[in-house]
Amino acid sequence: MSIDWNDYSCEDFYDELVEAPGKARDCVDGLLQDLEDLGHDELVTRQEAADVAIKEMGITFTVYSEEGGAIDRTWPFDIIPRIIPQSEWDRVEAGLRQRVQALNLFIDDLYHDQRIIADGVFPAEVLAKSVNFRPQCVGVNPPLGIWAHICGSDLVRDADGTIYVLEDNLRVPSGVSYMLENRLVTKRVFPELFEHYAPLPVDDYPSQLFDTLAALSPRPADYPEVVVLTPGIYNSAYFEHAYLAQQMGCELVEGRDLFVDDDDCVYMRTVDGAERVDVIYRRVDDLFLDPEAFLPDSALGVPGLLRAWKAGKVALANAPGAGVADDKVVYAFVPEIIRYYLDADPIIPNVPTYRCMDSDSLAYTLEHMETLVVKPANESGGYGMLVGPASTKAERERFAELIKKDPRNYISQPALKLSTVPTIIGRKLEPRHVDLRPFILSADRQQVTMGGLTRVAMRKGSLVVNSSQGGGSKDTWILPDCAKD
Amino acid sequence: MLSRVAENIYWLSRYVERAENTARIVSVNANLLLDLPRGIAPGWRPLIDITGANALFEEHYKDYGERQVVRFLIGDERNSGSILSALSAARENCRTIRDFVPRESWELLNELYLYARDELPKGLTKSGRHVYLKHLIQGAQTMTGMLSGTMLHDQGYDFLHLGRFIERTDMTTRIIDVRSANLLPEETTELRPFETIQWVSVLKSLTGYQAYRRSEQIRVLRGPVLRFLLQHPVFPRSVNYSLESLRKSLEKLPRNEATLRIAGRLKRMLEGVEPRRLNQQQLKSFIDEFQIGVGDLHDEIARTWFLPPPELEPKSPSQSQSQVQTTTTARENKKEERG
Repeated sequence: MSIDWNDYSCEDFYDELVEAPGKARDCVDGLLQDLEDLGHDELVTRQEAADVAIKEMGITFTVYSEEGGAIDRTWPFDIIPRIIPQSEWDRVEAGLRQRVQALNLFIDDLYHDQRIIADGVFPAEVLAKSVNFRPQCVGVNPPLGIWAHICGSDLVRDADGTIYVLEDNLRVPSGVSYMLENRLVTKRVFPELFEHYAPLPVDDYPSQLFDTLAALSPRPADYPEVVVLTPGIYNSAYFEHAYLAQQMGCELVEGRDLFVDDDDCVYMRTVDGAERVDVIYRRVDDLFLDPEAFLPDSALGVPGLLRAWKAGKVALANAPGAGVADDKVVYAFVPEIIRYYLDADPIIPNVPTYRCMDSDSLAYTLEHMETLVVKPANESGGYGMLVGPASTKAERERFAELIKKDPRNYISQPALKLSTVPTIIGRKLEPRHVDLRPFILSADRQQVTMGGLTRVAMRKGSLVVNSSQGGGSKDTWILPDCAKD
Repeated sequence: MLSRVAENIYWLSRYVERAENTARIVSVNANLLLDLPRGIAPGWRPLIDITGANALFEEHYKDYGERQVVRFLIGDERNSGSILSALSAARENCRTIRDFVPRESWELLNELYLYARDELPKGLTKSGRHVYLKHLIQGAQTMTGMLSGTMLHDQGYDFLHLGRFIERTDMTTRIIDVRSANLLPEETTELRPFETIQWVSVLKSLTGYQAYRRSEQIRVLRGPVLRFLLQHPVFPRSVNYSLESLRKSLEKLPRNEATLRIAGRLKRMLEGVEPRRLNQQQLKSFIDEFQIGVGDLHDEIARTWFLPPPELEPKSPSQSQSQVQTTTTARENKKEERG
């Protein structure tokens, strides 16, 4: 059966590949033609080949179950790429650089003079209620003044084509390994597409990451001792921790592999004895990092690590406390933050956001709950949210009570109509909603991944893209020009 | 190389060796019993004596019957020395070091564990036992061969060797200890009926029968068998060979002085003994002392190269890392009891 793009329904949403039934977006008419030539059966065959390749390559994520220990599930992947023209991407990239630069200035300010509060731009009460502000970090000067070295920002596109930042992940964002592996799999199962197109390469991320981390080393060296700190094999992102360590040629360590000596330096225990560590790319949350400074019960961390970091004997990426800028109420202030520190308008807009701490916004939110998405400040992964259009009256009433009780803890946003990309469902191509997570590296210079990780909600109408909840992923192509050669 | 990784490789290797050895002694015992008349047959209890887990066994089973002993040794997860537990522990150790172990070895180990678990009911029947155990022994051998054929022969490989040969030394001496006690309540020069067949089974437990016949070219007798199992320089399951392999791996590692001292002491001890001159009591105390030395060697290896044990009990059991239990086994505890 051949593919007929006239049957592809894309009127209600912005589709990334198909502008209107039967009509491709500027860059991609050749691609749609190629897919049409392949036909449904061949596409399904390729999808199966991709599934096998992913299994063979051992690309997994971990779901922990009490009974069977950790279970590796193969990574869900759809072979139809998502495409962004380079001209559009250049603007997005500039916007991301601007955003992360401002956020780093903001974090540094919060842990020092708090000028932004003194100047009345950012309310002290928001900071006072932030659960990710770490008083232990006040006055610390991390290398280069940077706190968020690795940032993963989630982008979405609304029905009118506007790209928004939905949230910034400044703590331990994950997903970049899948971005890299998705490209490898696509090359393997779709080699002919690469004859016609040259998506910009993504595979220099590991060396860029190493450069970023190496730049933070307290001891200047060509190859400082950089390690990746993982919570262990039961963590859902363990595959990525192992993958990045391997790609960078670094040791993958757990907390018990490290110790802090009386000289405040961090050492790892090796067969050859103790070896000093310069930079730790930590994939362990703040509160588990150091039982002396944070949760005393944590067995994942390294006692004294914060002391070593404050003494400048080791660099931590991301710096503890960077998560203060990753709260959803802080998010609502990012446009002001950019204006305040950079004296510039945000290049990528925020999703319009109502801060329930303002009485007007609170009233608006309570009146329009059916059309809004309500989010608590400090939850991630879609927990504790109300999606107005899909909610029941009882749920809305329960949320109204919650909001009234603690307005500072809530924001609301109009429910966006996320863009779609053709996705293989059964034996057909159907539109499915996507988002995009690019990664921004900041040290002595900034670098942005070429595209990022496109996540796709595999169920019809669903907006849930998380892999643990049935989401899939796609390769993301930044195409340098619109001509198929 | 990280100490934790070295430790995981060491235990991975020990557990695979343990699974194989346990499968061998069960298999050989079953055969032996078929050859012996009821009055003489030592039954199944000696197998539990070999593993030293009598207390645990008696906690869960009323008597040392075939069914109970076989279940305990093959598939009882309460017994950390059972084949199933050993394979499961090997797998957990391997899981955390998948970067160091060739992928196909991980897959093989995984398959082996799943086979042991899923086919267990078959392994517990008299008719299915042989095939089940044979598969496990072959699987463990394949694993060993695959690792030496594909893994980098770097420090990790040295730790793989250390684990294998410590475990092997331990098991060989245990088999000698228990089996010879069973065979010879007191020293005697007279050959009792069926004695040969039992010494043959000791050799077979260690796949040494064929090698013995080729190398010794004499009848299967207590003295020569003991010498063969303890001192033979090139039989790969002899204590001497295992010790020599341990020494070679130790020599390649940094900061090895203390471990080499213990290995040297063990070597001198082994060379200084003439097994055929030992009566049963003397043999027993020799082996007890030797096993304490092997325990010391393990402790010194751990002290020198592995992570220090946690100073406090982990306060929060929900944290993940403590779930990979690697360091204590019933048998290590047993050694302390002996000492």
